[in-house]
Amino acid sequence: MKTSADEQELERRFQQRIEDEQKIEPKDWMPAAYRKNLIRQISQHAHSEVIGMQPEGNFLTRAPSLRRKAVLLSKIQDEAGHGLYLYSAAETLGTPRSELIAALQAGEAKYASIFNYPTQTWGDVGAIGWLVDGAAIVNQISLQRTSYGPYARGMVRICKEESFHQRQGYEIMIALAHGSAEQREMAQDSLNRFYWPALMMFGPHDRESAHSARSMQWKIKRETNDDLRQKFIDQTVPQIAFLGLEHPDSGIRWNEERQHYDHGEIDWNEFYAVINGNGHCNRQRMEHHIRAHEEGAWVRDAIAAHREKRGGRKQQVA
Amino acid sequence: MSQEKLELFEVFIRSRRGLDHKHVGSLHAQDHEQALEYARDCYTRRSEGVSIWVVRSRDICASQEEDSESFFDPSDDKPYRLATYYKLPDPVDNM
Amino acid sequence: MNDDDSKQATLAYALRLGDDSLVLGQRISEWVSNAPFLEEDIACGNVALDYIGRARLYYGYAAELAADGRDEDDFAYLRSAREFRNYLIYELPRGDFAFTQVRQLLVDLFNTGYLAALAGSRDATLAAIAAKAIKETRYHLRRSREWVLRLGDGTGESHRRTQKALDDLWGYTHELFEPDALELRLAAAGTGVDTAALKPEWKRALAAVLNEATLSLPADDWAVRGGRTGYHTENLGHLLTQLQSIHRAYPGCRW
Repeated sequence: MKTSADEQELERRFQQRIEDEQKIEPKDWMPAAYRKNLIRQISQHAHSEVIGMQPEGNFLTRAPSLRRKAVLLSKIQDEAGHGLYLYSAAETLGTPRSELIAALQAGEAKYASIFNYPTQTWGDVGAIGWLVDGAAIVNQISLQRTSYGPYARGMVRICKEESFHQRQGYEIMIALAHGSAEQREMAQDSLNRFYWPALMMFGPHDRESAHSARSMQWKIKRETNDDLRQKFIDQTVPQIAFLGLEHPDSGIRWNEERQHYDHGEIDWNEFYAVINGNGHCNRQRMEHHIRAHEEGAWVRDAIAAHREKRGGRKQQVA
Repeated sequence: MSQEKLELFEVFIRSRRGLDHKHVGSLHAQDHEQALEYARDCYTRRSEGVSIWVVRSRDICASQEEDSESFFDPSDDKPYRLATYYKLPDPVDNM
Repeated sequence: MNDDDSKQATLAYALRLGDDSLVLGQRISEWVSNAPFLEEDIACGNVALDYIGRARLYYGYAAELAADGRDEDDFAYLRSAREFRNYLIYELPRGDFAFTQVRQLLVDLFNTGYLAALAGSRDATLAAIAAKAIKETRYHLRRSREWVLRLGDGTGESHRRTQKALDDLWGYTHELFEPDALELRLAAAGTGVDTAALKPEWKRALAAVLNEATLSLPADDWAVRGGRTGYHTENLGHLLTQLQSIHRAYPGCRW
């Protein structure tokens, strides 16, 4: 039984390790709240990858060329892979994947609200790759330096693989922007609908973010929501210009003093409305996930039964 | 509802001939055979490997942090096991 | 057969193989985000990608032979259900997981023999495509075989579903082994494969798996045919409607 003095010493050593930029590894002692916070963040990240397969999956059977179909398929498959890497990282903290998925399906765990927006046109597939993956990558690059080892290593692997996701999305946008009048219109429309939700992906302003301060202290998060968002806004301006599309934010202005773009305010009412169940696809995404899970129940049962039978037979032989 | 009852496996991949197998992550599978196949599908989509090991996570025995002082500190005072301990004259120092 | 005839025959043949690959690839891709657990989403994605890749190789070769400006997408997106020449078994809806894995077992065994033969084709391009594809198919077969073993010899429900899938699919397997005049002509020329010759080994290998999976070989009391003549089930029209919808809605566009 550990005394509270022991606990304090362990906690001091833990925080020291973090200050020294050493990674925390699965078997290390860690405060219960750190563990809980990590499980929340990593599983939310994993769920986002998995639910994120759906909006683009909506166009998998309709991709307008075979090359695009192959690219989209491999991208969506990567998202399943990234979900897997992240569930792996979360499992090292002692929570089995089945529990994490049960929490998602019970509505106790969240996923990124961006995936509650519908994909209506092929342009949306381009905009998701370019803007949604683009925003995710900005966040994930920062998380490569997160304090928990398995999460950081997962991020390194994911960032390496995701670099193609954003590029393929932007390539779709280039083809549309340089295509027919209808295609250009499609590109502009998708940009208009996905730009602001992509900015919302970085979360509320730092002053209103519930988990930010402690996550920064523990170096789970390495940069603040607003800093990361600014990075994304800055990098996106020339990309929009290159496409010859109109920027959806009429307030976008270069600020020489800050060396950043000033921008209009995000509609936070929309952000909270969608998070709280008023997006076009909140219910649909969850129903899809639960249906697939339920339809797979007999398969999972069969595996277990088969393993038992075969184990029994192996023993008989021996 | 039926939860997944698969087992957890750790995956190690040799990326090129001549290199060590390196831990890359984990996955769920029924048995070793299936774990190998899923490791191929999940962890080598970009030709990352030429050889895969899988091992049941529960079969791994890991050192504990509480033991780390007695496990690892005793090596700290044996610098003579390192090449850099030996200062040789410059003409032969590339030994 | 003169050179031009032979070219036209090879073109038609490559299109058939492209259609087979595309239609099945499309079906398997429907599993991504719908599989029983995450590892399977990824594994099914790999199999689907193999088939889409194969379709592009076959259509690419067809485009080369046609030499009239058409490309792989023209073949995939601008032909009607009556013009598609895939075997019927490929176009059937994905069904449950047992249906998908039993179909895979049936066609993976078929393609193992088929591609091995095609790899020896006197047509260098077809031989090269087959040599690449057979590696993929050997892996697909390993998967489908193990799945049929697990599901056949799993729970009562999984056994029932798997046997039903086999019974429902059986009537579509016969046409795989009934080469038409074009296929026989190309087989005789050393370019194509005489699929009738593949049947004994296919059936032997299949029976071995089914036996181990505690499943029974269905009776040969029904057969549906017509894929190679464009006489399709109602499923193909819907599959193509989806597949081609965007491409056809914006004629002449590049993507």
